[in-house]
Amino acid sequence: MSPHRRRMNKAFKWCCRITTYGAIGVLALLLFHIAYEGMSWISWDFITNFPSRKAEKAGIYTALVGSVYVMVITTLFVVPFGIGTAIYLEEYASQKSLFIRFVKLNIANLAGMPSIIYGLLGLTLFVRIMGLDRSILAGSLTLGLLVLPVIIIASQEAIRAVPQMVREAGFAMGARRYQVVIWQVLPAAIPGIMTGIILAISRAVGETAPLIVIGALSYVAFLPEDMFDMFTVLPVQIYNWAGRPQPEFHSLAAAGIIVLLAFLFTLNSIAVLIREKFQRYKL
Amino acid sequence: MTPLSKALDQGFKYLLLALVLITLIVTVSVIVLLTKESSGFFSQVPLGEFLFGKEWTPLLEPKSFGVLPLVNGTFMIVFGAIGMALPAGLFVATYLNEYATDRTRSYIKPALEVLAGIPTVVYGFFALTFVTPILKTMFPEIQIFNAASGAIVVAIMVLPMIASLVDDGFRSVPRALREGAYGLGANSVEVITQVVIPAAGTRITAAVVLAISRAIGETMAVTLAAGATPKITANPLESIQTMTAYIVQVTSGDVQAGGIEYQTVYVVGALLFVITFMMNVIGNIVLSKPVMEAR
Repeated sequence: MSPHRRRMNKAFKWCCRITTYGAIGVLALLLFHIAYEGMSWISWDFITNFPSRKAEKAGIYTALVGSVYVMVITTLFVVPFGIGTAIYLEEYASQKSLFIRFVKLNIANLAGMPSIIYGLLGLTLFVRIMGLDRSILAGSLTLGLLVLPVIIIASQEAIRAVPQMVREAGFAMGARRYQVVIWQVLPAAIPGIMTGIILAISRAVGETAPLIVIGALSYVAFLPEDMFDMFTVLPVQIYNWAGRPQPEFHSLAAAGIIVLLAFLFTLNSIAVLIREKFQRYKL
Repeated sequence: MTPLSKALDQGFKYLLLALVLITLIVTVSVIVLLTKESSGFFSQVPLGEFLFGKEWTPLLEPKSFGVLPLVNGTFMIVFGAIGMALPAGLFVATYLNEYATDRTRSYIKPALEVLAGIPTVVYGFFALTFVTPILKTMFPEIQIFNAASGAIVVAIMVLPMIASLVDDGFRSVPRALREGAYGLGANSVEVITQVVIPAAGTRITAAVVLAISRAIGETMAVTLAAGATPKITANPLESIQTMTAYIVQVTSGDVQAGGIEYQTVYVVGALLFVITFMMNVIGNIVLSKPVMEAR
């Protein structure tokens, strides 16, 4: 090898290595910056106080409660639809059918549709036409539509990972397809499906834009009592604080981000735990 | 077999089929509502004026409805972000595929997933409070809200997606191709740039198309960092406004429903939808094709 070629080869390898570790360095930098800005504002008062116009009194309680509400209601709505669709596509549909290929392409497109368009859909359909106003229910339904394709795709993968012999054993015992699906395939796929659902829901918890569009940006100084009440969520509250010019509100935003990331980290850890402990079949 | 169990089997199947239709209904309702609200707008503003007008001031007098400034803002972010994220993504994918040990790979992949999982509002905060101040030390004339910091964080955001799609593409290149090139005396940089990248070319194209679509639809980071000043400029140090940021600005304000200001939100949304929809269709069709047929 000529020295030139050898040098090129080495330089290229180092470029690849530096870029990769650089990307991870950026992640570390981001986390460090947020911890540095916000850590001193984290206190029990910050968690349990209502929002306030004064930075030193402001807390994140309503947003935290709002996020939990939205998370739970979104999950309840979207899970049956997501799993049901995935079962049909994997267990019933003919993979050659043009209609099914169209449905699959449509789901992939929905997964890539900008979240703000889901916001416009929610604003028109849920807030105005169905008259739900700027309620938790409207927000949860909007986020439900947003994560539906993600949950379908994750559930499909989990169902596909169940070996064919599990189904064949069921059929050999004389079970019908619905019995095989409900008693054999689903129990085997559930850990994988749950992991996918938790990851999708944690995406919903971090979403801001669609909720701002449907009107969750208001100053909410009370706890929601039912799902028709007004609400705010963590990312929207963070956006609200980050958009103000005063530096103390930026620190509040950083503190809010720490709470949000801790929340998401917990969700993700649960997902990983389920995957490691209970998943029998991996793709 | 009893008739009951047969009926249950059929019933279950059609129940599931009904659920499948919901995903189609979502797409149809988006198209219907965007078309309906846009048609109200276009009865007052000609299509040509909207698409080619160079002034966007729907909230101020005199009103003007040329969307080009918003398109300009969006594509400044997109080109900046992809310009940084594509080479970086290729390097990362190459490192993961050709150089990293399995052990290193098992650390780097989850770290990239964390990067992809961080909410976009966090990136917006990072851009505003970290990236912009650093840029200011280099370019003192930079504005507080500027396209550059928005493009930088959007690049960070789409990097994991590009790296992972390109990585998948590299993995599906048959081993024999690489071995053949090594056997002819090529070294690793030559194999990668002259064999692996061309062989995975369609996948890389798909990754870029999907990443562009993602960057166009990105909202919170650019709303927080890039500003709310729609204008046609090529200077990344100035404040701009993207299509998505405009939608946030209007819907978070007190604009009355039904007026033309309100309809502009749907028109901009429709434009956004058309662009991202086309890119997603192209990207997903390319992705669904195998890289190389086994012979």
